[in-house]
Amino acid sequence: MLKKFFGEIGRYFLLMGKVFSRPEKMRIYRRRVMVEMEAIGLGSIVITAIISVFIGAVVTLQMAINLDEGFIPQSLIGFATRETMILEFSSTVVALILAGKVGSSIASEIGTMRITEQIDALELMGVNSASYLILPKIVAGVFFFPFLCIMSILIGTAGGYMISAVTGVVMPGDFLEGLHLDFNTWSITYTLIKMAVFAFIITSVSSFYGYWARGNSLEVARSSTRAVVASSITVLVFNLILTQWLLI
Amino acid sequence: MIRAENIVKSFDGRRVLDDVSVTFEQGKTNLIIGRSGSGKTVLMKCLVGLMPTDGGEVWYGDTCFSRLDFRQVKAVRQEMGMIFQGGALLDSSTVEENVRLPLDLFTDRSEADKRDRVDFCLERVALTDANRLYPSELSGGMIKRVAIARAIVMNPRFLFCDEPNSGLDPITSGVIDRLIAEITREYDITTVINTHDMNSVLEIGDKVVFLHEGRKWWEGSRHDIMTADNPELGDFVFASPMARRTRQPK
Ligand SMILES: Nc1ncnc2c1ncn2[C@@H]1O[C@H](COP(=O)(O)OP(=O)(O)O)[C@@H](O)[C@H]1O
Ligand SMILES: [Mg+2]
Repeated sequence: MLKKFFGEIGRYFLLMGKVFSRPEKMRIYRRRVMVEMEAIGLGSIVITAIISVFIGAVVTLQMAINLDEGFIPQSLIGFATRETMILEFSSTVVALILAGKVGSSIASEIGTMRITEQIDALELMGVNSASYLILPKIVAGVFFFPFLCIMSILIGTAGGYMISAVTGVVMPGDFLEGLHLDFNTWSITYTLIKMAVFAFIITSVSSFYGYWARGNSLEVARSSTRAVVASSITVLVFNLILTQWLLI
Repeated sequence: MIRAENIVKSFDGRRVLDDVSVTFEQGKTNLIIGRSGSGKTVLMKCLVGLMPTDGGEVWYGDTCFSRLDFRQVKAVRQEMGMIFQGGALLDSSTVEENVRLPLDLFTDRSEADKRDRVDFCLERVALTDANRLYPSELSGGMIKRVAIARAIVMNPRFLFCDEPNSGLDPITSGVIDRLIAEITREYDITTVINTHDMNSVLEIGDKVVFLHEGRKWWEGSRHDIMTADNPELGDFVFASPMARRTRQPK
C-alpha cells in the first residue's frame, strides 16, 4: 500500500521530468497553449462566475444573521465577505470545483489518447508526447487560473452587494464601506500564488492519471475519477502547507 | 532491412514472445500473421521500440536499434512510419493537421511547401476534399487512408502496419492492401504488416512469418503457404469455409 503510494509519486516525478525537457518547437507550443487556454480557461469562466455569485450572496446573508447584534458595525459584514472570498473561497474552493471540471476532462482526454494509441503514434513520429500534450495544459492552467480567481473575488463581492441591496439585511452603503476596510494587498498576492500552485497540481496530476491509463474505456473512466480525487486531496494538503508558510 | 534477433518479451511472468528471430526485407511487404493474441502487435511494438524487450536485439540496416540512446532513437524514428490498428489519428486535429504534424515539428519547410507535400500524400492515398474534416467525420477506410498519408509524409524507409484492414469490408481491404504494396515498391520501403486476413496474405505476402503462441512457427511466401506442411499453420490458413473448399486433398 505504502510502497504503491511512493511508486506512484516516483512515476509522477519521472513523467514531469519528461514534460519539462526541452520542447520541440516553440512556435508549435505557443499555438497549443492558446488552444488549451481556450479549453481550460475560457471554458471555466461561466461555472466560476455562477458559484462565486451564489457563495458571495450566501456568505453575506450568513454574516448578517450571525452578526445581528447592536455592538458590531454593519460594515464588518462587507469586510468578512471580502476576506472569505479572497482568503479561501476564490482560491481553494474554486480550485476544488475546477479539479472536478478541468481535471476529469484532462484525464479522460489524455487517457482516451493513450488507449486509442494516439500517444504511441506521437512517440513513433519522434515527438516527446508527454511534453507535447501535457506542458501546454500546465502552462495554460497556471496562467489562467489566477484570472479566474480574481474574477471570482469580484463577482463574489458583487453577489454580496446585490443580496444586501435586495434583502436589506445590511445597508448597501455599510457593505461597500466594509469592502474598503483594512485592505491588505498581500492577501491578494497570497491567494494568487495559491491559485497558480493549485493550477499546476490539477493539470499535472490529472495528466499523470490520463497518461498512464490502460485498457478500455472503463479504465479511462476510472483514471479520470482517480485524477479528480487525487488532485482534490493534493490541493487541500497544499492549501494547508501554503497557508502555514505564506501567512504565518 | 530490419533484423530481429532472439526477441523475448513477458508480461507479469507470462511469455508473450519467445525467442523470435526474423528478417524483414527492403522493397517488400513482409507479413506477420497469426491468431488474435499470438503476439503480433507486441512484436511490432518491440521492433519500433514502443515496448522495451526483455531480451534480444533489433537491427535497422547496420544500426543496432536496441542500443541507441534516446536522441539517436529519435533520429531513426523520423525514418519510420506506422499505421496503427485503429488509425490513431489525433481526434482534435483535422485530416490536414494530422498529416502535416511531423512536417511542422521536424522540418523548416515553408508553408507552401508543406501544403504541397500534404496534398501530394493525400492524393497518393486517393483522398481529396477531406482536408478540413475531423477524424470523427471519416469512414473506417478513410481513416486508414489518412493514417497511411501521415505515415509516408516524411518519406520513411520503414513502414509498419498493425492490422491495416481490420474492420474494413473485403473490397476496401483489398484497396488498402494494394495501396500499401504499391507504396512499398514505389519508394523501396521495408514494410512490415500484421494481419490475420488470408486475403491479404495471398495478395501481398512477399514474405510471410507465422507466429503461434509467441513463437515463429513457419516462414515462407504467399506462393508456398497453401502447400506448407505445418498443422497449426494449416488450421490458420484453412479456417474459413471458403478456404476449406479450395483445399486440395493430399
Ligand atoms: N500491455 C500489455 N500488458 C499485458 N499483457 C499484454 C499487453 N499487451 C499485450 N499483452 C498480451 O500479449 C498477448 C499478445 O497480444 P497481441 O500482440 O496484442 O496479440 P495480437 O497477435 O492479436 O496482436 C496477449 O495475450 C495479450 O493479452
Ligand atoms: Mg494486434
